[in-house]
Amino acid sequence: MTTPETGDLRITNVTKRFGEFTAVDDLSLTVPQGAFFALLGASGCGKTTTLRMVAGLEEPTTGEIRLGDRDITRLRPYQRPVNTVFQSYALFPHLDVFENVAFGLRRRKLRQVKEQVDKMLELVQLGGFGKRKPAELSGGQQQRVALARALINHPQVLLLDEPLGALDLKLRRQMQIELKRIQTEVGITFVHVTHDQEEAMTMADTVAVMNAGKIEQLGRPAEIYEYPATAFVANFLGQSNLLAGEAAGRSGDVVQVAAYEQRFAVPAVRSRTDRGPVFLGVRPEKLALVPAGAAVPAGHQFVAGVVTDSSYVGVSTQYLVRTGWGTELAVFAPNGGDATQLAVGSQVTAHWNPHHAFLLERAPGEGDQTTPLLDSPDTVGVGS
Amino acid sequence: MRRWLADHWVMTVGLMVLLYLFLPIAVVAGLSFNRPSNRLSYDFNAFTTDNWTNLCGPADLCDAVGRSAWIGLLSTLFATILGTLMAFALARHRFRGRSLTNLLIFLPMATPELVMGTSLLALFTAGGLQLGFVTILIAHVMFCVSFVVVTVKARLAGMDARLEEAAMDLYATPFQTFRRITLPLVLPGIVAAALLAFSLSFDDFIITNFNSGNTVTFPMYVWGANQRGIPPQVNVIGTAMFAIALLLVLATNVRRRRGARVA
Repeated sequence: MTTPETGDLRITNVTKRFGEFTAVDDLSLTVPQGAFFALLGASGCGKTTTLRMVAGLEEPTTGEIRLGDRDITRLRPYQRPVNTVFQSYALFPHLDVFENVAFGLRRRKLRQVKEQVDKMLELVQLGGFGKRKPAELSGGQQQRVALARALINHPQVLLLDEPLGALDLKLRRQMQIELKRIQTEVGITFVHVTHDQEEAMTMADTVAVMNAGKIEQLGRPAEIYEYPATAFVANFLGQSNLLAGEAAGRSGDVVQVAAYEQRFAVPAVRSRTDRGPVFLGVRPEKLALVPAGAAVPAGHQFVAGVVTDSSYVGVSTQYLVRTGWGTELAVFAPNGGDATQLAVGSQVTAHWNPHHAFLLERAPGEGDQTTPLLDSPDTVGVGS
Repeated sequence: MRRWLADHWVMTVGLMVLLYLFLPIAVVAGLSFNRPSNRLSYDFNAFTTDNWTNLCGPADLCDAVGRSAWIGLLSTLFATILGTLMAFALARHRFRGRSLTNLLIFLPMATPELVMGTSLLALFTAGGLQLGFVTILIAHVMFCVSFVVVTVKARLAGMDARLEEAAMDLYATPFQTFRRITLPLVLPGIVAAALLAFSLSFDDFIITNFNSGNTVTFPMYVWGANQRGIPPQVNVIGTAMFAIALLLVLATNVRRRRGARVA
């Protein structure tokens, strides 16, 4: 564990209001030095505002931001050892690539500008592009110039605001790997703001899921995915089948749940609560289908239903199964080779290992949340 | 033939419009090399370069041109500085009365010059100001400012405000940000505004006529000379102005193209 004397970024009880609107609501967060940290959320959740407050482009209404033992809350942007890679890059159009990258060094009157810039352009694989103007570069190249322009200053924290949002899918995947490589190479703390859950999970070692100005959950990508803390997280990060039920307390190391006149049990270690209204959650790929009447593996729990839709997508087949009470479950069946395709209309039993289920708190009155998200978060407008 | 017309009619119409636009200028340029048969005649009589070599021949002509140039330069200077500052305020800051200011800026452009000229005259006379160089200058700065504000504001609106944030993020103080990023990017707009202000001031007649007292600017000289026959040297001034403007436009184009190639 790191001590506060190192370069940890600590955000403490920060609130930002724009008039009546609270963009960031009493946020507290520690980003350890050298971490690759992702702030994940839909547009308008306050993630970009948080980033801008760390950069100094917005001032918190209340709260404190520290870098190591230094209070940077009220410092001007040019007084902070923090640099930003802006959404759509904000490269200076009247300066060539070399001068764009050299900008920060020149402002601080540092020496050996040429050596450093050449080295940095080499690192982002743009050696020889120094004399070009930003408008003459492709999107991916501009993105790398923006990265070089920020990294050359060796900031204590590098902020990335949806840096890959403007790139097409293939280039984005490529740049994700590239960014990860560079981060490992330079060892600088990266704080990456994105609405793309896949991007956050691939790149970051810690992900914070934000919603309505607050952090819903913070942890390693696998932790968050396997054991989400709230219904929002369960649906924002991947898909989930959430069944509305009532928890009836612990018995032994399981929590008993009643839902739709059926009884289920969820391991207590995978339960966020043990009493009152709950969501019983199972990820679509953790569900398996067998024809009605066929044996379910020992210890598995199950729900009966009818296949209403089946899409063959190559690596898997995605089914929708209508339950007896009318909601639909999403099921991803891997195509292992010997899997038989189930026809639409088949009576089936969907079953799962209870150790793969999770139990979340539910607001009273909320129904099942089992409809697959047809819109992937990618299609949500960028920026927040 | 019909086929040819069908294929080329856009170009044909275009050429005719260009001809319509440039014919008067061609006539002026031609007359600048003409020796008129008598003072009141405008016929093409004989070719001569005398008008160009003996430019200041007609009494007071060169004085009037010089005076107009001075007034043009000074009013351009003041109007550009004032207008640029206003444009920055309007484009970058939210303040009370901002939208009202935006509206008022358009008024001088929409008001007939005749009305503006008479009301300025009333104002100056009521204020006890001696009509002359200074009153002309005040009037010119006044009507040029609006055009400068509108031109510079358009340029500022087209500029991404994040560029300034990026500069500040990269250790540039507010002054350095202005000097290295904002100013270079807005400069073409400011230059365009200044050129516009100069040409507006240089050829203004109506407002100037009301507020000049005994001071004679170039447009007023031409107006006065018209009574007794315009000296052909006036055509030389006109042609020269046109040539200078053309050269300026060409120079910026060449510079832009070369800039693009080097980069």
